[in-house]
This record gives sequence, C-alpha cells and structure tokens, in this order.
Amino acid sequence: MKSNSVAIIDYGVGNLLSVSRAFEHCGARVEVTSNPKLILDASHVVLPGVGSFSEGMKELRYHKLESIIHEVVVNNTPLLGICLGMQMLLDVSEEYGITAGLGLITGRVIPIPICDSDGRLLKSPHIGWNNLIIPKSKNTWLCTPLQEIKSSETFYFVHSFMALPVDQSNLLAYCEYGGHNIPAVIKKGNITGCQFHPEKSGKSGLKVISQFLK
Amino acid sequence: MKNKRIIARLDIKGPNLIKGVHLEGLRIIGDPQEFARKYYQQGADELLYIDIVASLYGRSKLIDIARRTADEVFIPITVGGGIRNLDDVKDLLRAGADKVAINTAAVNRPKLIREVSRKFGSQCMVLSIEAKQQPSGNWEVYTDCGRERSGLDVIEWACRGVELGAGEILLTSIDREGTRKGFDIELTRSITNVIGIPVIASGGMGKPDDIISIINKGGADAAAIADILHYNRFSIADIRSAALAGGIKIRNYEK
Repeated sequence: MKSNSVAIIDYGVGNLLSVSRAFEHCGARVEVTSNPKLILDASHVVLPGVGSFSEGMKELRYHKLESIIHEVVVNNTPLLGICLGMQMLLDVSEEYGITAGLGLITGRVIPIPICDSDGRLLKSPHIGWNNLIIPKSKNTWLCTPLQEIKSSETFYFVHSFMALPVDQSNLLAYCEYGGHNIPAVIKKGNITGCQFHPEKSGKSGLKVISQFLK
Repeated sequence: MKNKRIIARLDIKGPNLIKGVHLEGLRIIGDPQEFARKYYQQGADELLYIDIVASLYGRSKLIDIARRTADEVFIPITVGGGIRNLDDVKDLLRAGADKVAINTAAVNRPKLIREVSRKFGSQCMVLSIEAKQQPSGNWEVYTDCGRERSGLDVIEWACRGVELGAGEILLTSIDREGTRKGFDIELTRSITNVIGIPVIASGGMGKPDDIISIINKGGADAAAIADILHYNRFSIADIRSAALAGGIKIRNYEK
C-alpha cells in the first residue's frame, strides 16, 4: 500500500522543511529525497523550488533527476511542481539567459512585464497574497486540486518570472497582477504546477495540498 | 492594486522574543513560538524574525526558532541577523525560512547580495536597511543593529542593493523604532519613490491607523509591526480592520 507516501525531491535548494511539514500536516508520510527509488515508489511526487531557473535545472541534472521526473510522469504518478518547480515543468526559461527546462508542459518562462497595463512601472518580484481566477475557457475546478477553493481565498506568491503554457487548456487558474494575467496553476494529466506556495498560503494552501493528495 | 501585507516582526535575542526602543534597551517578552502561532492564527501575512545581537556575537538560535515555527505556521518566514555567507543562507532556508534579511554583511561586502540572489533567487534576498536621520536631513545606513555608522546614504544604498539583485527592502527607522510615534513616512517615501522593488516599512507603529499613512503616503508595500502586537495593545484583526476602513487593499482572511 503506497497511498499518500509523498516524495519531495531534494536537489539542494529551497525551503524543503516547510513543504514537508505542510504535507505531513495534511496526513502524508513524507520523504525528502534525491534517491530515484524512493521517488519512483512514492504515491505522489513534489518538485519544490526556490531560486533561479538555471541553478535549479543544473542541480536537477547534477543529481541525475531529470529522467526520473520523466519516469514519474510516464508512471502516471501525480506530480506537483511548486513555484520554480512549476516553471521547470516547461520547455525553456529566459531567466539569466536561455535555459532548457523539463519539457513536460509546452511553454516558456518569461519575466513578469516591466510595466502595468497603464504603463506604470510594475514592481517585481510579485510578492504577496493574491486570489485565483478561473479562465473563461474552464468553467470548473471540480476534480482538480483547486476543487475546494473559493474565489475569495488568497495564496502567497513570490516570483519574478511567469510560466506561460502554450496550450490554454493547460491553464487552470491565473492571478491578476498589474493588469496582467499571470498563470497561477497549470495542469496536464497527472502533472500540476502552482506558482504560489501552498505550503506558505495558510489554510487555503493546505486545502490545495489535501486535495492534491486525494 | 495589489494586496498590501501586514507582517509581524519578532526581534530575538538568544531563545527569547524581546523588544527595545531605537533597537536598544531590550526587554524579554516571551517564547517567540507562542507569539508566532498567535499571529499566524490571527491572519498575519508573514512573519519576520530578526536576531538583533547575532551580528555582534556570531551564530544565533534563529535556526532552531525557524525550524520550530515551520512545524505549525504555514505563512512566509523571513529571518535575519548575523547572516554572513551562502552557507548561512542555505542553513536557514533548510530550517524553514523562505527569505533572509541581510544588513551588516551586505554593507561589508555588497557582492553578497548578488551571490544570494543568483544562488537562491532575488525573491529570497531581503536587503535590511537600518536608517538614522542625520543633522543634514539625510538618512545614514547603520549596521550591527543600529550601533555602527556605515557612512552610506540610505537612498544610494537602496538603489545599489536593487542593482545587485535584492528582491525586497526591509527599511527600519532607528529613530522611530519602539517609539510608537508612527512610521517614518518621509524616509519610506524617499525610497519608494526611486526603487521598483517592494519596501517593508518597520519601526514606529503606535496605533492601527498608522498603517494607512505608511502605505498611502509612504508608498510601502508592507508594514512590519512589533510591540503593539507583542504587548496586546492591538491584534492583527484590529490592524486589518483599520487598513480596510482606510481603503487599503489587503487579503481576505477567514479564521
């Protein structure tokens, strides 16, 4: 029985303790690991991430984890990328030069626009609590990790870059910042990515984690 | 307009939550963990721990405090005090901190700002600036928790910090700190006028309404609040109500 055994991928960067505490709080057994076997045996896999895209990809490759993550996806194990972990799901990033990502969801990672929609300087990083908005193309969050979320709930974002999927059907939620729509949650099959930090978003974030574990 | 943030600031000495005036005359208030839990439950947007003697005495208890907090508090935690190099940052991030606030070591070696932002991302690099007004009217950067003059001008140093990759600025007014006279709006405005990254104003909050002016007039993105919370003079809920009544956009919070 491997229900709710969560592997949090450790590739040397980021606040992994908070991620593991949040998953434990939601009833999961957690391994923080870079061991391929433990990752492949888990019922759910989390790719966390804080830091720059190129550093993150470099560390993933250094720990020989790129192919393991692809295997997780092929095995149909639910995979959740958080923040940088979400961005790395895409093909390519423009942060500190062009860096190839994991290529699991077609799209690219670009800087948050410099100006807001009125042409005024927009602060970057986007730091703070923001609501999730459902795209017009979707009419429900049923059967997704956002199932329990109300439009009034807020989540903690901290990022300078944004992950733009090419296929709009991969966009599950966006947030509004400076008049721009910033992808907040992307989903393709068993792969989910969230730009906000569910482990840092109070009770609303814990709800997303619990739903992901179901 | 984006949501402004209400940040509970907990100054630490050893294992204790303390509070001073002008960053001096420290008084022990209690166990930081209890206060952190309370502020999380009251709807604080973030927590900020500053070990105010760490840069003088070396390593601190911040790692233990961050780790305990991360057990039950699921909002962002920024930690500062005595951080000197990338290993210190890594240790704190692994102990549950999301961001680090660096003052003295960044003044001594500005490239540290670039190193931290390159390695861990600029969102994690909070440049902590302790400012004291000089007879000329300009503000000077102080280090070692308000004890040492640096010779740096606050506005120039803030701009340099942005160039080097800081993601936020924690701006503490030494003149106002612990006085409850209200935030230093002029100081904060002088920085928010010239830089494009978020500024957290700290020092001087005396009543809930003070948050309105520091955001509307000072241009701050966040207010760091300490002793009026610690002494139970007001709760986070009181401050949230005042902010909403003053037309400040803050996140919806339901208990």
